Amino acid sequence: MRNLFLNPVMNKEFKLRFRSFKSFLGLAFYLLALTILIVGFIYLQTQNSPMGLFRPDQSREMFMLLAFIQLGLILFITPGLTAGVISGEREKQTLNILLTTNQSSTSIIMGKLVSSISFLLLMIIASMPIYSIVFLFGGISPGQVLLILIFYIFTILVFGSIGIFFSTIVRRTIIAMVSTYGVALFLIGGTAFLFTISMAVNSMGAMPANNPVAYFFAMLNPGFILFGFLEPNAFNELSNQIGFGIDVPLWAAYLVSYSIIFIIMIVVSIRKLRPNMKVKSEA
Amino acid sequence: MIEIINLTKKYGKFTALDSLNLTIEKGTVFGFVGQNGAGKSTTFSILATLLSPTSGTAYINGYNISKEPKQVRSQIGYMPDFFGVYDQLKTVEYLDFYGASYGLSQNERQKLIPQLLELVNLSHKQDSYVDVLSRGMKQRLCLARSLIHDPEVLILDEPASGLDPRARVEMREILKELKHMGKTILISSHILPELAEMCDTIGIIDQGRLVAEGSVSDIQQRLKGEKLIIVKLYGGVDKAIRFFEDQHLVSKLTKRDDGATLEFLFQGNAKEQVGLLKAALMQDIAIISFSEMETNLEDVFMEITKGVELS
Ligand SMILES: Nc1ncnc2c1ncn2[C@@H]1O[C@H](COP(=O)(O)OP(=O)(O)O)[C@@H](O)[C@H]1O
Ligand SMILES: [Mg+2]
Repeated sequence: MRNLFLNPVMNKEFKLRFRSFKSFLGLAFYLLALTILIVGFIYLQTQNSPMGLFRPDQSREMFMLLAFIQLGLILFITPGLTAGVISGEREKQTLNILLTTNQSSTSIIMGKLVSSISFLLLMIIASMPIYSIVFLFGGISPGQVLLILIFYIFTILVFGSIGIFFSTIVRRTIIAMVSTYGVALFLIGGTAFLFTISMAVNSMGAMPANNPVAYFFAMLNPGFILFGFLEPNAFNELSNQIGFGIDVPLWAAYLVSYSIIFIIMIVVSIRKLRPNMKVKSEA
Repeated sequence: MIEIINLTKKYGKFTALDSLNLTIEKGTVFGFVGQNGAGKSTTFSILATLLSPTSGTAYINGYNISKEPKQVRSQIGYMPDFFGVYDQLKTVEYLDFYGASYGLSQNERQKLIPQLLELVNLSHKQDSYVDVLSRGMKQRLCLARSLIHDPEVLILDEPASGLDPRARVEMREILKELKHMGKTILISSHILPELAEMCDTIGIIDQGRLVAEGSVSDIQQRLKGEKLIIVKLYGGVDKAIRFFEDQHLVSKLTKRDDGATLEFLFQGNAKEQVGLLKAALMQDIAIISFSEMETNLEDVFMEITKGVELS
């Protein structure tokens, strides 16, 4: 296990990435932008309130805004970070040499996945202290923040695995990128759209019943899940209208379905990284 | 030791490699020569477990490339014909990364890397970034990299191509040293003289087939009026074998797998060839056909030695 997560590929990528000054400049810039956003938000709210106060419900609103901005950032950046890691080496003609070494395919794929998303993880974790400003004003519990952090990391890993998958099976980076963004777009916009349609169709029926189709699309949508963490009450009301008739919370269904996606993506990538040397026997 | 058995590779309908058979003994330097597109890189990629064969197989030190690719990888040091390097990585770090990829400990790597840099004359460049090295230096660095796990077999795909004469000489010197270290080396080139001097044996490949194998002088000898003759028989094979073996211009007689076809080299001219056939018929040998095999060895040989003196 230690070899899997502390492997040569990862060491090298870390060395390259964290050596460059640009990386830290990028991180600093991101944190600065978040700070300005928060300060600006608080400033505007207190200007508008007669007492000059920043109330807990406003603090909560701000937190939600930040949470969705970060989710958007994650979904937008992860495909770009991961979809080029294998195909890029192929294009730079460094992959062949790497594949003739003793490193196992599992170690290469896992090393690539973890190292490619490491900087994004760092960005998210580094921004957590800024989030905690909202604790000062209330409206959000530390437990909720932790939950959302775990949700982010999990989502990054799954979207990252989709990027790695396309990077491994598609020869060219451009095509791998387009494919990964396509799948990401479907999981965000496509599922939301299909969810809305299936809700509309269901409401046309004589009596509102369970709506497994809507449930299926909702469980695939990271935006829905985040909303569920932020607004449990409003969300429960919605959940009651959909579902299979059994009481599985949407986040659990998300956890299971995305874990399955992750495992499939990683296993296929590992198996397809190197050619199958076996001769196909001709009939 | 490398053993290649009926190795075939097809890209769709195109046959890039056609039933290649080759055995390379331990400690031999084998030169694989052929024009561009002859199938050299295809062969090497398969041996390096980077490309799956369509049929046939190969063994490296007894390990099967299809069944034991992992063990094969630890036996070979492979240098591709075209390769890239990671930018922003220093020479030492470059070697360190691959050392780690072969599972060498930090201590081993620290001891080994200076020695390797010394071997390929790059000690003075140990702190340079890899991507700014000259082509010749990159080739040498890649060679050092392929040696990092001390493999017994080296598979080097055109290591001297694209180098200026000085860099080429330097590369050749290093290869000589590796030969002295007892490595089995399989090396390719599209120019014969580049290899002639340093190889024990060469094989000439053309359109995916091995058309000649032997020392350079063997092959030159063969070009001096030797013909490959194929005789198809209608029974009486043993008698025919005895007859042809007795002829002084015939050598290297073999019987094909079908049991009724003989193959041999004939060193005579056209008139002597007529005489041979006549004598065979007089002995009541039942010959269905008697034909001279077309070998394009001469053309290939001309092409790979074009414009350069063969020492
Ligand atoms: N991926 C491929 N798809 C189709 N044809 C290929 C591919 N790779 C090589 N070939 C063809 O196979 C033949 C042998 O190529 P190669 O082994 O690279 O030759 P060499 O290394 O001797 O120059 C060439 O005709 C080449 O065009
Ligand atoms: Mg080639």
